[in-house]
Amino acid sequence: MGTSRMFGPRRVEKSLLQRFVSLNWGIVLATILIATVGFAMLFSVADGQWDPWASRHLLRFGVALMLMLAIAVVDIRYWMALAYPAWFAGIALLFAVEFIGDTGMGGQRWLDIGFMRLQPSELMKIAVVMAIARYYHGRTQSQSRSLRSLLVPVLLLMIPFALVYRQPDLGTAIMIIAGGAATLFLAGVPAWIFVTAAVGIVPLAFAIWPFLNTYQQNRVLTFFNPESDPLGAGYQITQSKIALGSGGMTGKGFLEGTQSHLNFLPEMKTDFIFTVLVEEFGLVGATIVLGLYGIVLTYGLLIGIGCRNQFGRLLASGLAIALFLYVMINVGMVMGLLPVVGVPLPLISWGGSSMLTWMIAYGLILSVSVHRHVTIAPRGSGVV
Amino acid sequence: MAREGLRYQTYSRRTLLLAGLQGIALGALGLRLYYLSIVNGEKYRLRADKNRIFIRLIAPERGEIFDRNGEKLATNTQDLRALLVPEQADQLEPTLAKVQQIIDLNDRRLGRIRRRISRQRKFVPVTLAQGLDWETFSRLNVEIPQLPGVMTDAGHSRLYPGGEAIAHLVGYMASPDEEDIYKSPLYQLPGFKIGKQGLERRYEALLRGASGTRRVEVNAVGREIRELPPREESIRGNDLHLTLDMSLQQYVMQELGEEAAGVVVMDIASGDVLAMASSPGYDPNEFTRGISNANWQALLKDPRAPLLNKSVTGQYPPGSTIKMVVALAALEQGLISPDTTYYCNGRHRLGDHTFHCWQNRGHGELNLLEAIAKSCDVYFYEIAEKLDIDLIADMASRFGLGATFDMGVDGEKEGLLPTREWKRIFQQQSWQLGETLNVAIGQGAILATPLQLAVMTARLASGLQVVPRIVSDVEGNGNFFAPLDVNPYHLETVQRTMEMVMEEGGTAHDYARRKSATKLAGKTGTAQVRRISLAERQAEGGVLENDELPWASRDHALFVGYAPAEAPKVAVSVIFQHGGGGSSVAAPLARRFMDKALEAYESLEEVKA
Repeated sequence: MGTSRMFGPRRVEKSLLQRFVSLNWGIVLATILIATVGFAMLFSVADGQWDPWASRHLLRFGVALMLMLAIAVVDIRYWMALAYPAWFAGIALLFAVEFIGDTGMGGQRWLDIGFMRLQPSELMKIAVVMAIARYYHGRTQSQSRSLRSLLVPVLLLMIPFALVYRQPDLGTAIMIIAGGAATLFLAGVPAWIFVTAAVGIVPLAFAIWPFLNTYQQNRVLTFFNPESDPLGAGYQITQSKIALGSGGMTGKGFLEGTQSHLNFLPEMKTDFIFTVLVEEFGLVGATIVLGLYGIVLTYGLLIGIGCRNQFGRLLASGLAIALFLYVMINVGMVMGLLPVVGVPLPLISWGGSSMLTWMIAYGLILSVSVHRHVTIAPRGSGVV
Repeated sequence: MAREGLRYQTYSRRTLLLAGLQGIALGALGLRLYYLSIVNGEKYRLRADKNRIFIRLIAPERGEIFDRNGEKLATNTQDLRALLVPEQADQLEPTLAKVQQIIDLNDRRLGRIRRRISRQRKFVPVTLAQGLDWETFSRLNVEIPQLPGVMTDAGHSRLYPGGEAIAHLVGYMASPDEEDIYKSPLYQLPGFKIGKQGLERRYEALLRGASGTRRVEVNAVGREIRELPPREESIRGNDLHLTLDMSLQQYVMQELGEEAAGVVVMDIASGDVLAMASSPGYDPNEFTRGISNANWQALLKDPRAPLLNKSVTGQYPPGSTIKMVVALAALEQGLISPDTTYYCNGRHRLGDHTFHCWQNRGHGELNLLEAIAKSCDVYFYEIAEKLDIDLIADMASRFGLGATFDMGVDGEKEGLLPTREWKRIFQQQSWQLGETLNVAIGQGAILATPLQLAVMTARLASGLQVVPRIVSDVEGNGNFFAPLDVNPYHLETVQRTMEMVMEEGGTAHDYARRKSATKLAGKTGTAQVRRISLAERQAEGGVLENDELPWASRDHALFVGYAPAEAPKVAVSVIFQHGGGGSSVAAPLARRFMDKALEAYESLEEVKA
């Protein structure tokens, strides 16, 4: 076995304690640092108050951190076995939202589960990557390249996309596609398919344009010309750019942001929280935070590369790339590089679902890391 | 596991590719941020400041208006107001309803507020209520957090302690017209008022002062968060000092009562107007508060015209008060001497027309001095037959008739000095001798204002070209007036006749006056406003007395005079619109005004001594 020579002989099975000790603590630390930035910014948005956001954000993070660590020490083969059930559960939740969900921000997205309002579309992003990773784990290189085996993954991708798009939540729907597509690419689906899809997306965009909601159309239109309507839809982007730019190199200082504290910024505690950060800490602060995200991405990709089973590789890299895409889109959006599609900044933006997604995803990535030496048979379910 | 190796190769290659793409994207974001915050940082910093920093104007305090003794005629009082900025009110009607629980706003007021809100731009504050008492004001301040868009403000409002007595001169303040609101940023300040009438309007620039500015930080909805230094204080407007003597003015107004009258009292040496009264008056404070429609209509419809300043706007036939000027014209022409006599039998025939003397039975034989003292009309008909109308007009204009003096008081009128040219231009007819006869006794086309008659009297008394003024700190007409182009000997003659008017046998002799009292000089006048028909003259009761006539048909009573006779200090003119006879109505009042004015000089002398 080439691979075993490559990594040297390992004792594959570990005790719970050993697994805990062998966690990738770099990821945990970076995650805690990012979340800490989140506490600080929510503290600032509330004009220097812990309530109502920073304190609850901290509490949620504490719970989510436990969850992440718990997921991390659970054997990867359990998660692989749960891949398809998780996908079906996600679909079921999306249907549930369709019928009994709460309406918020212009769409049905939320499911009230007592202690928090869950956004099933967020969890779906993980489930899609899991299911695709599971699917390709059992496929050989040549199978992975065949068009026929693409049928199931496309369904795994398009069904949740359609459901989330219907809510309507274009941003999350696109994120699901992006995360899934990245996983497919890593799994070895021929590159020309992606090139074709990328080229084909332009006519497709024109084709679906008439079916978009007015607010979605407006977002795209104001993206192309934000100054056209400075007090209407373009107001957000204009004010956001002013806040970003006026921060300069080192920012106006913690709690000193005028754009945020005088309420010129929209959606400060959610989608535009990065703007608050840059206004108060400047280019330096922004670079540090983006660097932290970069570190976490790099860890995720390295874990994938260092993993001995295909499921683990695809899961770790797919999730890491999908989550990093979140950061990219959110930051690109507030800088006026992308349309405002309503994507939060993971761990920093106020909101339980996106934090939960991030923590579960990195719990899984950590689990891949812990169990990187485990080899799993192509059909290999349930066996520990 | 070669196949596994192949799959791994593909995977790791593609992972690195995606990692690279992500890295490039990250770099692009970094560059974008660098572009925004470093390259364009300054621009966005300015825009952020523009967002949050507003320059607010500080209204200057208006200068006050004083009389010659430092008494306040117009001053400022604190005015507690409630304002509403429609833009900042979430919902208008609920907010108004809540305000109404604290301030009593009647339906009319509410209607006016709603109209203003719908007409004005949404960021312009609308005054909800003004002149609030402290209790209401503080209750409102407590409730302010629950009333978005409502503000309180302690501003200034104008107060006229003199009230009615000076309304015609000082004028009043009011909000700028809707169409003028963008002419000055000050006009957009809530409750800002500008001079709308009188001296308040004329000296607006002087009185207003300069606005200051303060920088305030506002939040996204425009609410003020705090003030940012530096603050540029406003500059108070300049005070305006009038020549008026308020106590004399008040006295005159009081004596006039509700009669329609105009009175001017002048200091001869300086031209200072000591009193300029027009009765009835109105309360300028009502305009500051916002006059009710009913009161406004009442002012407009009153036949005694309270809104008109009769002392400069009222144009009346001067009646016999013109006779000194006519006499001077004749003397200067050498047509008569003081000793020239004519015989008056009560009427004078010209062609087939009979001109009557006011004294129906005639005055008999009299010279010029007696003719003026007794105000004989026939004597002046005789002069007028030889005197060209243009010569009368020329002499009259030397005494200020037909002229305006641009004192800053509203509505100054020219009066009318008829000439041959005037007749030709305005009536396309040639001048008739009969008209000269009428003008010679101050009837016919000739018209003069009380101000002009006072100036005429001051010039008669001093022989100088006295020019009146009412604002003392305006430069120009100091105390040095050039002498009139009239023979001093002739002038003395006329002055002597005016003394005789007040002596025994004169038309304005006061039997009750103490011998030791200051000697006065003057001339009565009674201006007829109706034509007396032949039938009425021949009727049994003769010409109807004034108290038998309706108000608007009664004669105007006039008097002009100066005092003391030997060393003139004050000149006065009195016109009682439809008041009756000059000697019976106007003269007694004028005597009191002169005496009162002289009292002020005496007290001034005492202070000096």
